[in-house]
Amino acid sequence: MSQTATPTPADSSSDIRNAVIRLAGNSQDGIQSIGAFLGQLAGSTAQEVMTYMTIPSTISGGPSIFQVHLGSGEVLHPGDQADTLVAFYQHSYENHLHTLKDGGICFYDSDEVEEIKEERGIIHIGVPFTSATIEAIGGSAKSRGKNIFVLGLLCAVYQLDRERLSEIMGRKFGKKSEDILRNAMLAFDAGYAWPVHDIEHMPMAPGENEGDKRISTDGNTMIALGLIAGGVRFGAGYPITPWTTIMEFLRSELPKYDGMFIQCEDELAAVSLALGAAYSGHLAITGSSGPGLALKAEALGYASMAELPVIVVNIQRGGPSTGLPTSVEQSDLMQAIYGSHGDAPRIVLAPKNVEDCFYTALEACRLARKYSTPVFILSDQAIATRLEAFQEPDLEEHWEEPTLDLSERGADFKPYPLDKITRHSPPGARSSEGKYPVVTGLEHDEWGHPSGNPDNHQKMTEKRRNKLVALAESLPTPEVHGEAEGSLLLVGWGSTYGPIKEATDRLNSNGQKVGSINIRHVHPLPNGLTELFEKYDHILVPEMNDSGMYGYGQLATLLRAKTCNAAIKSVNKVQGISFRVKEITEASEALIAGK
Amino acid sequence: MSDTTSAAPAEKLTKKQLKADKPTWCPACGDFAVLASFFNVVQKLNIPHEKIVCVAGIGCSSRFPYFVNTHGIHFIHGRALPLATGISLSRPDLHVFVFGGDGDGFSIGGNHLNHAARKNVNLSYVVMDNFVYGLTKNQTSPTTPIGQRSKTDPRGAIDQPINPMSQLVSSGATFIARTHASQVKHMNEMFERAILHPGFAVVETLSECTMFNPGSFDDSIPRKGGVFDLVDEEAQDLESIAAAMDLSQDLSPGKFGVYYETKRPTKNELEREWLTDAQSKIGDLSQRDLLKQRFASMR
Repeated sequence: MSQTATPTPADSSSDIRNAVIRLAGNSQDGIQSIGAFLGQLAGSTAQEVMTYMTIPSTISGGPSIFQVHLGSGEVLHPGDQADTLVAFYQHSYENHLHTLKDGGICFYDSDEVEEIKEERGIIHIGVPFTSATIEAIGGSAKSRGKNIFVLGLLCAVYQLDRERLSEIMGRKFGKKSEDILRNAMLAFDAGYAWPVHDIEHMPMAPGENEGDKRISTDGNTMIALGLIAGGVRFGAGYPITPWTTIMEFLRSELPKYDGMFIQCEDELAAVSLALGAAYSGHLAITGSSGPGLALKAEALGYASMAELPVIVVNIQRGGPSTGLPTSVEQSDLMQAIYGSHGDAPRIVLAPKNVEDCFYTALEACRLARKYSTPVFILSDQAIATRLEAFQEPDLEEHWEEPTLDLSERGADFKPYPLDKITRHSPPGARSSEGKYPVVTGLEHDEWGHPSGNPDNHQKMTEKRRNKLVALAESLPTPEVHGEAEGSLLLVGWGSTYGPIKEATDRLNSNGQKVGSINIRHVHPLPNGLTELFEKYDHILVPEMNDSGMYGYGQLATLLRAKTCNAAIKSVNKVQGISFRVKEITEASEALIAGK
Repeated sequence: MSDTTSAAPAEKLTKKQLKADKPTWCPACGDFAVLASFFNVVQKLNIPHEKIVCVAGIGCSSRFPYFVNTHGIHFIHGRALPLATGISLSRPDLHVFVFGGDGDGFSIGGNHLNHAARKNVNLSYVVMDNFVYGLTKNQTSPTTPIGQRSKTDPRGAIDQPINPMSQLVSSGATFIARTHASQVKHMNEMFERAILHPGFAVVETLSECTMFNPGSFDDSIPRKGGVFDLVDEEAQDLESIAAAMDLSQDLSPGKFGVYYETKRPTKNELEREWLTDAQSKIGDLSQRDLLKQRFASMR
């Protein structure tokens, strides 16, 4: 059940507030760049946007889609159903027609798509994308540029800000060469001018989001930028999808900030380099996706024991093993929290959307410094790769200078005091007493000497755990969206935020009493959950992981352990795609109805 | 990440300042001599006390940092080199020393050796090679000779041992030497040259395990009837890979001394060059303003 306003051909008098456009073609057709341009346009015209794409995990080519949800107001999900489908090939048409809503519009490349199915009141509009582009650009046999032709077509249909869009394209293509820019503008203008007689234009309502400095980008970029703003100046990694774009970005950007990012021979080396820099007094990061995190697990246990601050990014994908490398899943929560050996406490944070990636990264930096322990940023493939538009962060408020404390340590310095949080003395720092510490993974006394003393291991284990207990006590209860008490509380973490929030609104507009929360601090869990849960008859936790042996998803299992609340139930999905809003509303209604 | 190099200290470093916990090695273990030699050389070179960092993985010899009173870090099995790489790259002011054994360096951490070597990371690495796993009490190691018995090879080792010298030559190390824990003067000289070498310097040090592999290196100890055969540096072309490979062919007991030495830009220098270039293009802009500019370009 999409709540997006209906752009029906007959109803052209009122502007539409939402448009879900699905572009289906092959990955080399540049359909992503249509989406990227529309996203950037939305950002700069106070609209909101959320995109969704599938990427074939083949090396080159293969069917691919890019879906753009444009909205004048808040956009929380990439759209359950498309209002408009653009099909570049017969296979795109066949495979995606079902995603179009009843009465929707299908633009298809009449040079490629031969058979049309008249069904569900869908309006078919054939446009020769390929030959019209070739003609516009000037007789070249190549069809490159047909994506820009389609962009022009969509700009006209939805009456988007043509001038602003030309400017954005100018910035992008102008960097390459004048020829490329000229050809792009020719293709764009041809698409814009193409007569679409069968429908009226459907102008989008003006954007109504606040903020004069709106940007549009993806989650991995915002994590990388948040790390820079948080003071990270050293990183190390190994390529793996979908983490890789963070390492590419930091490799290019960090030198400008007097930092460096090193590509390593493997995941084990990457985490080790980061820990070496952390030991040396820098705030350092490493990252990966699920399988790579498994390889780093031993060193992360060391970091808990040695109490070294390090930020670890995990962009989750479908698992286990190579699994679904280019699809979304939330099945690494337990790995992030417990994936090592021994009792190895660490902090785990999960961003809820692209904008939140920045603030989550910033908080990860603050917590790693404060608690001298590993801090995970647990994002996922959906947030990593999709575009959203939002107000840029205010760096006057959100900025941490990198620090390197080489001050002399006095007589009272101990590397592992039982009554305080560890603050290491990095190499290069003098010791007034002339005695230098060893940072170690052996259980140790307060001085860092190896110790097998039973009481000491008990106390040191408690020390490492208790700093997280102190953190948990300082964390506020997540803010409830919707009803503060009632029949159902929806509890989510990470990228299910948008669909859960929209589902809450839809359920409440249907007369239910539903609230929802998104938990950023997935480990340790924040305060007040036990009391909050008691205000609702049912608790439902939608997660993109399996319900496992006992019928509960990974967060739901932890919430049941923490709160002993038997009302907690799970709705799980492992299809490599995000929840549709409808799936959450249906599961909620069934639970409330006692089905 | 800026250079925080300070001037050499006025005071002379003493052995007393450098000694820490009493070593837990078995009596007469070769590693005692390596420790003594390390003390000698850092005293002679008078490296600022707080700038010395001792790094180790896991193994008998990897307990080294506990026995030296300097900044030290005892890491996990096999990953001492990448950890030390992180230290060396992010803190060019430090003197980074890595200590470990044959299991740590050639087996579980074998791949890191190739990459630290090819990247020419600026650090000194001492491998205390005893041809056996000692800490876990006598299992076959990557350098155990064929036929030698251990708890995991009761009929004698059957796998071809690693040739550390030829591996280091082919992976691009820029300083490769071989010494013997029983030959203190030679060991001092090799360590000193390794420390002074800019880039990745490795000294393979035969260090007898008196508990599980006694007498293993007698064939290169003159007072036990062996021959301590030195590399003839007058005749040897130290920059020749082919000559170093030739020298590496026979290591039983083989020759001792520098096998290969060349100058190549270090990873540290190459990365720093990028930092310097990137920042010179930015000029006086603060880091915060630079990030603001980045956001402005995303509007």
